Amino acid sequence: MQPTSHRFKENVRGALADAALQRALRFFDFGQAGLAERRRQAVAKLPEFEALREQAKAIKDHTLANLDWYLERFEKNCTAAGGHVHWCRDAEEARQTVLDICRRVGARTVTKGKSMIGEEIAINDFLAANGIEPIETDLGEYIVQIRHEAPSHIIAPAIHLTKDQVAASFRDTHKQFDPARPLEEPRALLDEARGVLRQKFLEADVGITGANFLIAETGSSIIVTNEGNGDLTQLLPKAHIVLASLEKVVPTLEDAATILRVLARSATGQEMSVYTTFSTGPRRPGDLDGPGEYHVILLDNGRSQLLGTEFQEILRCIRCGACMNNCPVYASIGGHAYGWVYPGPMGAVLTPSLIGIENARHLPNASTFCGRCESVCPMKIPLPKLMRHYREQEYERRLAPATVRMGLAAWAFLARRPALYHSMARLAAGVLGRLGRRHGSFFNLPLATGWTATREMPAPQGKTFQAQWRARQRSKGRR
Amino acid sequence: MNSPSSPSPRPRVGLFVTCLVDFFRPSVGFAAVSLLEAAGCTVEIPETQTCCGQPAYNSGDRADTKDLAKRTIALFEGFDYTVVPSGSCGGMIKEHYPELLRDEPDWARRARQLAARTYELVSFLHDVRGVRNVPVRYDGTVTYHDSCSGLRELGIKEQPRALLRSIPGLKLVELPSAEVCCGFGGTFCVKYPEISDKMVANKAADVIGTGADTLLAGDMGCLLNMAGKLKRLRIEEGARPVRVRHVAEVLAGMTDEPPIGEGQDKGRA
Repeated sequence: MQPTSHRFKENVRGALADAALQRALRFFDFGQAGLAERRRQAVAKLPEFEALREQAKAIKDHTLANLDWYLERFEKNCTAAGGHVHWCRDAEEARQTVLDICRRVGARTVTKGKSMIGEEIAINDFLAANGIEPIETDLGEYIVQIRHEAPSHIIAPAIHLTKDQVAASFRDTHKQFDPARPLEEPRALLDEARGVLRQKFLEADVGITGANFLIAETGSSIIVTNEGNGDLTQLLPKAHIVLASLEKVVPTLEDAATILRVLARSATGQEMSVYTTFSTGPRRPGDLDGPGEYHVILLDNGRSQLLGTEFQEILRCIRCGACMNNCPVYASIGGHAYGWVYPGPMGAVLTPSLIGIENARHLPNASTFCGRCESVCPMKIPLPKLMRHYREQEYERRLAPATVRMGLAAWAFLARRPALYHSMARLAAGVLGRLGRRHGSFFNLPLATGWTATREMPAPQGKTFQAQWRARQRSKGRR
Repeated sequence: MNSPSSPSPRPRVGLFVTCLVDFFRPSVGFAAVSLLEAAGCTVEIPETQTCCGQPAYNSGDRADTKDLAKRTIALFEGFDYTVVPSGSCGGMIKEHYPELLRDEPDWARRARQLAARTYELVSFLHDVRGVRNVPVRYDGTVTYHDSCSGLRELGIKEQPRALLRSIPGLKLVELPSAEVCCGFGGTFCVKYPEISDKMVANKAADVIGTGADTLLAGDMGCLLNMAGKLKRLRIEEGARPVRVRHVAEVLAGMTDEPPIGEGQDKGRA
């Protein structure tokens, strides 16, 4: 997927003008039945949630501090269970490795469980270009795939769509069914997708899934799903390929269990996802089912560069989506405006980390630093602080527009010179105060047109506080 | 105003006025002085204070921020307390100065000492001075917006509500999504005005939906943003009028000045 993060402002204008998107985003109405509220209720029911957050954070911090050791241990145990671990430096290596496996087993159809790493390395387009048909099996992912779109949310890929749009896409794609069939109810859409996908599961030669965790002590991978599609994806084909980035590893099953207790609650407000699936190696002799081959793609793609820097903390992210579910900026513009794979607050940190701040400089800027994301993050990632660090890089590398830098420099110059600062403030407040006295606000202000296009600019009262206070102190002194 | 005994009978308080109060709404500064004096404090206002540095800090300009932080520390460290009529600027001094100056041990120590004695105005009155009611009256239905920094950095939630509930004639109704950002965000509203507007439009709809005639908050940035949107909606779409004020004005009984964004002609632009 070609990033459009550098065109963020254009993306935003499009998103705000998209009436269907804005209707779909009402799901994010805070305080109602949205994901943020479901999370809040689930957390309120678990007194030890805060303690679990601390434990979960500590597990990941420890793992990241010893990442090489745990990854090698994972490889050893995975290999001992009959699996294959492929270390891939970047997206290109990962794609090629997946293609090589598919070619070796003669794959024509590949089913896919939900995987953000799959999006990051753009595996679908690559397989299709090489004559292999990839089929997304998560309902949301399937919907965006048939619409030739990217997911707009890391756990709810089609949340930018209304059910009417989904029904229209099903009619366009599933030509085998009666065009007059009723598709108004979500249940009808689900049943139709399930019927179509069932056949694909049976045809698939390779199944690709993501991973929520890799377990170093057992060499296992874990996925959590709500639809059961992951199980059919990985059990039925000849080979199962797990796409995982380095930071998915945790030391033990116990550690994964701890983090699982915060994961689903943070994501959807569930205590646990419907399916939590553990995979260790291929089918063993005597097993009733399971893939003949089990491969794990261990993708770096820039993550190891973050170790030891202030951005290491983003590697604790477990992709629950709570930050975007609680983000008023995400709720205004949706996920596509962010322009790459990862939207919302975690994306505003991870995207510049992976594709470079010069290609994504708007993302860490497009935050009010309201702090809701950090307050709900189960892994206690200080997202505003990390966004601010990217703003510092942007400032140091002079990536911000010259007007912004000059305005800031002029303001800082004044703020260091109190006498000048106060006389300028007195002058400006006086002029604006007189001009605005009657109406109390301005309908249009030349230097603040972005604001006054849609908002009044309240007028100053006239005299600055400092000027009035000094006058008052002087008159007291005279008395 | 009742003020139970405190360690220092008449503490010296340095008021950090904030640039927005100084420039837009000096009456909030005078309300703060009045409230602090009534709570048994001696208030002083260093004349050479300017800005806490937050705009530079959030724009990635650490060097200028450090200069401004050091200026502010030097000006205010001599007081028993530093009080700020803003959760945002208060959070900057209390939460961010120590982090900002962590690599300069002497300044880091001074930053921590100042941070420990710095409070947002309403939480200072309630938590430090033990104020539980204010001797004023306000006739109206009020709703309250929790400004983000005050809420999430300084834990200000119940204090303003407790004091407002003590006021005869004042009916407090909760704002749905009171904890969701209004879209001001300092430089954010300049850099991304369209997103900011979408957020404040949602906020304004919530405010109007409460039926309250008055909207209060503790931060001038949010107040300018919400007042500006509410007034424009009234002018262009005939939305119900809502008076917008800083919470300190109501607590101090200083509501003679027109509400934020309103003029002598009752705001018909």
